[in-house]
Amino acid sequence: MSNLPPNPYNSHPVVSQANANSAPIFNHNQQFSQVPMSQLPPGYGGLKDTNSNSPLHGAVSPQNSVVQNVNNYNQSASSSPAFNQPGVMNPSQNTLQSSPIRPQTSLPSNSKPMQFNPLSSSSPRPVTNANPSPTPFPPNYQPQRQINENAPPLVPSSQFNQPMVNGPPSFPSGSMPSQYPASSNVYAAPMVTPPVTSAYGSGSINPPFMPPPALRPRGPPVMTSQPNIPFSGPPSGLRDSPVIPGPPVSGPPSMIRPPMSSQPMGALPPVSGPPLSGPQSLPAQPAVSGPPMPGHLGPPLGQRMGINGPNLPPQPSSLMGPPAAAKPGLINAPSMPPVSVPPLQHYPGQQIPSNQSMNQPGPAVAQNQFGGHNVPPVMPPLGQNMSPAGLNIPQMGQNLPPMGQTVAPIGQQMGPQPSGSAPGAQKTNMQNRYPQMPQSNYNHQSAMQANQYPQQYNTQKMTQQMGQLSVTKQGFDQLWGHHMVDLLTCRQILPEYPEDPPEIRLAHQFADAPNCSPEIFRCTLNRIPETNSLLQKSRLPLGILIHPFKDLNHLPVIQCTTIVRCRSCRTYINPFVYFVDAKRWKCNLCYRVNDLPEEFQYDPVSKSYGDPSRRPEIKSATIEFIAPGEYMLRPPQPAVYLFLFDVSQIARDSGYLQVVCETLKNNLDQLPGDARTQIGFICYDAHVHYYLMSDGLALPKEMTVIDIDVNICYQVVCETLKNNLDQLPGDARTQIGFICYDAHVHYYLMSDGLALPKEMTVIDIDGGRITVFQTCLPNIGPGALQPREDPNARSSKDVAHLNPATDFYKRLALDCSGAQVAVDLFLLNSQYSDLATLSGMSKFSAGSVYHIPLFKAARAHQSEHLTRIFTRYLTRKIGFEAVMRVRCTRGIAIHTFHGNFFVRSTDLLSLPNVSPDAGFGMQLTIEESLSDLQQVCFQAALLYTSSKGERRIRVHTLALPLATNLTEVLHAADQQCIIGLVSKMAVDRCVSASLSEAREALSNVAVDALSAHRLAQNLPPGARAAALLAPHALRLLPLHLLALLKRRAFRAGTSTRLDDRVADMCALKCLPLQQLVRLVYPDLYPLHQLRDHVPRHAEQEEETPPDPPRLHLSAERVNSTGAYLLDDGECMIVYVGHAVSPAFLSDMFGVAAFSQLPDEARSIPRVDSEGNTLLHAFIDKLNDDRPYASEIIMLRDNSPSKTLFTDRLVDDRVESAFSYYEFLQHVKTQVK
Amino acid sequence: MAFSFPAFSYIIALIVDAFLIFFSIFHVIAFDELKTDYKNPIDQCNSLNPLVLPEYLLHLFINVLFLLSGEWFSLLINIPLILYHIHRYYTRPVMSGPGLYDPTSIMNADVLTVCQREGWIKLAFYLLSFFLYLYGMIVVLIAA
Repeated sequence: MSNLPPNPYNSHPVVSQANANSAPIFNHNQQFSQVPMSQLPPGYGGLKDTNSNSPLHGAVSPQNSVVQNVNNYNQSASSSPAFNQPGVMNPSQNTLQSSPIRPQTSLPSNSKPMQFNPLSSSSPRPVTNANPSPTPFPPNYQPQRQINENAPPLVPSSQFNQPMVNGPPSFPSGSMPSQYPASSNVYAAPMVTPPVTSAYGSGSINPPFMPPPALRPRGPPVMTSQPNIPFSGPPSGLRDSPVIPGPPVSGPPSMIRPPMSSQPMGALPPVSGPPLSGPQSLPAQPAVSGPPMPGHLGPPLGQRMGINGPNLPPQPSSLMGPPAAAKPGLINAPSMPPVSVPPLQHYPGQQIPSNQSMNQPGPAVAQNQFGGHNVPPVMPPLGQNMSPAGLNIPQMGQNLPPMGQTVAPIGQQMGPQPSGSAPGAQKTNMQNRYPQMPQSNYNHQSAMQANQYPQQYNTQKMTQQMGQLSVTKQGFDQLWGHHMVDLLTCRQILPEYPEDPPEIRLAHQFADAPNCSPEIFRCTLNRIPETNSLLQKSRLPLGILIHPFKDLNHLPVIQCTTIVRCRSCRTYINPFVYFVDAKRWKCNLCYRVNDLPEEFQYDPVSKSYGDPSRRPEIKSATIEFIAPGEYMLRPPQPAVYLFLFDVSQIARDSGYLQVVCETLKNNLDQLPGDARTQIGFICYDAHVHYYLMSDGLALPKEMTVIDIDVNICYQVVCETLKNNLDQLPGDARTQIGFICYDAHVHYYLMSDGLALPKEMTVIDIDGGRITVFQTCLPNIGPGALQPREDPNARSSKDVAHLNPATDFYKRLALDCSGAQVAVDLFLLNSQYSDLATLSGMSKFSAGSVYHIPLFKAARAHQSEHLTRIFTRYLTRKIGFEAVMRVRCTRGIAIHTFHGNFFVRSTDLLSLPNVSPDAGFGMQLTIEESLSDLQQVCFQAALLYTSSKGERRIRVHTLALPLATNLTEVLHAADQQCIIGLVSKMAVDRCVSASLSEAREALSNVAVDALSAHRLAQNLPPGARAAALLAPHALRLLPLHLLALLKRRAFRAGTSTRLDDRVADMCALKCLPLQQLVRLVYPDLYPLHQLRDHVPRHAEQEEETPPDPPRLHLSAERVNSTGAYLLDDGECMIVYVGHAVSPAFLSDMFGVAAFSQLPDEARSIPRVDSEGNTLLHAFIDKLNDDRPYASEIIMLRDNSPSKTLFTDRLVDDRVESAFSYYEFLQHVKTQVK
Repeated sequence: MAFSFPAFSYIIALIVDAFLIFFSIFHVIAFDELKTDYKNPIDQCNSLNPLVLPEYLLHLFINVLFLLSGEWFSLLINIPLILYHIHRYYTRPVMSGPGLYDPTSIMNADVLTVCQREGWIKLAFYLLSFFLYLYGMIVVLIAA
């Protein structure tokens, strides 16, 4: 299409079209020459990036200039004078949502770009945003979230020696060490007074909230002394059937147990059997360490037991019972070493609480039988979780040296070395199976693991509970990274603090290369399966989620004459390329060897030649280039904004216009743009009203077009857009205020279709953004729609009309997209407005959809909400006429795209506008075997025009290692990312097939993943395990899937307005992952524990915001003596239980009694008390990382509207949907 | 050797089939271009969509001729394709103009593969049926 910009990625650039005036555009020499050239090193200077938030000024050499806005840069001694201008640095200005496009500082007028607008110096419109108070991002937004903190682009050589850690670990490095260790201490305390978790552990499944007092005190001591208890569960009927050949075991459990407990050794034939009967089965074992289970032999068991007995008399006795009992159930059980039970425990933290929780008969029996021992309450028949037993093996050796020896031969064959002595021993398992893997790799991995897991609270808590258990045991599990979790018995599966995505561990060569931040770029599988068949076997979706235009605080920006790219695939040079020698590099996507341009040899930091690996392009996986002229088909467009207001009767009733116009007036100065910015307004009802603002008029002149003819409308819009924002006469605010006032005068009936089709014709002159406010169903004009929703069918099983009714809006969007115009829709409807159809105009033009149902400006909270959204919308940065191309290593292809855009070719998205709140997803397919590769790379390049009229390219590169077997794939899965991707896929399925199919597909995701894991375990086909084992990396999948099924978008059986459902689908399609996960599974915090969770740092007296743990979304976790905060990103619900103490109430909310709380409040009162301060600090902290502050709703637990809160408790059963445990059971029946 | 209506049908079918072959070649090429980024999906859909109905109608037309001339075998062979065409058009995406292809969904890898495969299969079918019609024509002419 001729009106689309040229494909900038073609190898034959449109040089001929590169306009003549492009050269001056990027010649910043004059603009930024505030620093005398004499101060600068020859040939190089930092360039002040007009858009950057760190005002580093410098001059530019025309040849090769590097713009740098990493603000920690000025600390380096070796930095050039250009970077050390104290006068210019203003650290506090970095804070706001600044981004390369949204500078915080007002630049001196001489630093403005002058090429396009000679008037700029006199222009009333400031180029920059000195973002004042109403910023959506509070000041402390950046400190921890920034990306690439440790990978500054131009690190001086002195800093250079430090190895760079991959993205994820790196950014926490600043914050986490301080945060987590401290909190671990904090958490120790709660354990003493039974914390939430322990309380749950002792409760039964659906029981009273508090455990029977008798049990409670017992918990901790039991655990410490007898750590092996984790096995819980109902005595399965299976165990009665004497399946097992082994003599000792064959008897009914009841018979066996007593002898064991009384005299451990006697019960079992000591050491008689051939010690190594196990080996046959062992080789089959998955790497995970579950070895012993498959073995089917009595003898080894007996042997081991015998051996153990002497060493740990009490233990074996108590422990053996269970194994024996369980054996019948599991055919292979016998091989399970009795000893293993105790220590090891797979993922300890979760299991422990669970052992008491089971209310099955099992424990009771055990107690009686084992009376003398302290283990009892916990000793459920092993049947259920026998399978995990395998995990324990390695530990056995530690506790029981003799046994370790016995088993040693087994260990060699099967994997986990029982001799716990050296961590290195652990490698055997994998090494045997994958001899080719270099040992160093494992060491590396283990080191990483060790770094990672200690931070997990579950583990820590476990450690505390387990008391003396040796750290090495834990270390073993961590070493593997292959934990398994029995979902059915694990009561506390939700990590208390959000987890980092699984680490990406690249091969040795690139181990230190900086990978893209997981907040920007994530893959569902952090190790890509080698072949498509392996991917199919894993039954997990393969895809990437990307948030390409995220606000970043540390973004290296580079300007150079030639951007180094691969000559065949046009990949940008990145940290994962291979340098053949100093002059050549090998592309990591297509493996072509390319020449390195001379200037790339120059390191701007050390001002030396010869080491290309010091270039910022190589030091950072996220980088931005200022594009030279050949990346432009036309001069960069100015920022053009057109607002369309619905002024129909319904709109007037809702009163939104006042709110919107007020917000608009307040933020007019913050609109991103330069001196060329244009703005226009159109109001529409049955007619179109537009406004002329020109010098001669004191007030804008309103024109009304009665005839809805295309040509006339065309002129209308043309004239409207002549309003150059800078040249508005007088006070633009007055004018806009007048428009708003004036718009109120009109009241007719609606129509949307008429006003819209024209702007596209219009703006196709230069592109821009159209903002449409719609309050009702358009019912006249070419885009007229009919109400389709049947209010009586809102809760039916299958939902119709999720598809657009007409393609009018889609074609409109495509036309707009061709004209580089995006359409954003604010739907403030009070009745059905067919969002399914209307959203088409945003979906395909890369716009965004905001939906506030039942909007009435009279409701203060709604108008505040709209104000917050609209403020963010107006002031966030924006990229115009953008395209995004995603390149993958050869062999991988993009299958489907998700998000708002138009797909222009197989890997190219056309984004007329790109906003920092837009996320994208791509499903991938593996087309060729990747087995000869070391890693797989993805590169997303976003080419856009900034609001300052600069053409820029933002490049993100992600590299992932490969997995050769199923276990590796499963354990490297990124569950959050999977949730993000499957939610998008499910939305597609809803539209293409039906809601019920989508729901089924969603629950099948869990079934598939767990089936694959079962396959990976190599269980014999007939074996039935009582446990539902999940890899640690996928343990939250069922929980989140269930929550997803209960989302508005997918729920069935609950009355849901069609528009709400569609709006939710739109959100799932294009929200960035972090927000999406929070939306799907909101965070629930106990407010009454705020005070216990204030991290205090030794060196820092200042109080930091409290950091309470998250709770499961279950009524079980909600106590009437507590107060809770549920945060889903859109709103925060504060829920106060009726039995909460008055002291707490007055401290927190400033009221004396529960009855004084309002039924429903929309804000939290500010009181001068410690608790209240904490609460506000906490809420502010939560609001930090989101585009705009969430709504707050405060409820009592007897408010009429408390369902707002209780509906979100997705773990619980509701009328038409499973509870979490039912869902697990459902999944379990289907796992084959 | 007399010129009968069946012979006439076959002659027309031959000519029409030649057109159909061209259509499907165009179809295959168009999707190949899409896959290799040579064309913009909007343009491609705009050029493909107007051809869909003519192709279906031409194909239907020769089958009407077969029906009228009593060439049951040839008709039988074509009936599955007619049904497929009807089904295909019935389940097309929501669009106001004629045609099948929606530029917003056509770049989906599944859709692309299906369309490409459809093009190849149709091409093969039309080619085979071309020879069949040729044979049929000769048989009819000789028989007469």
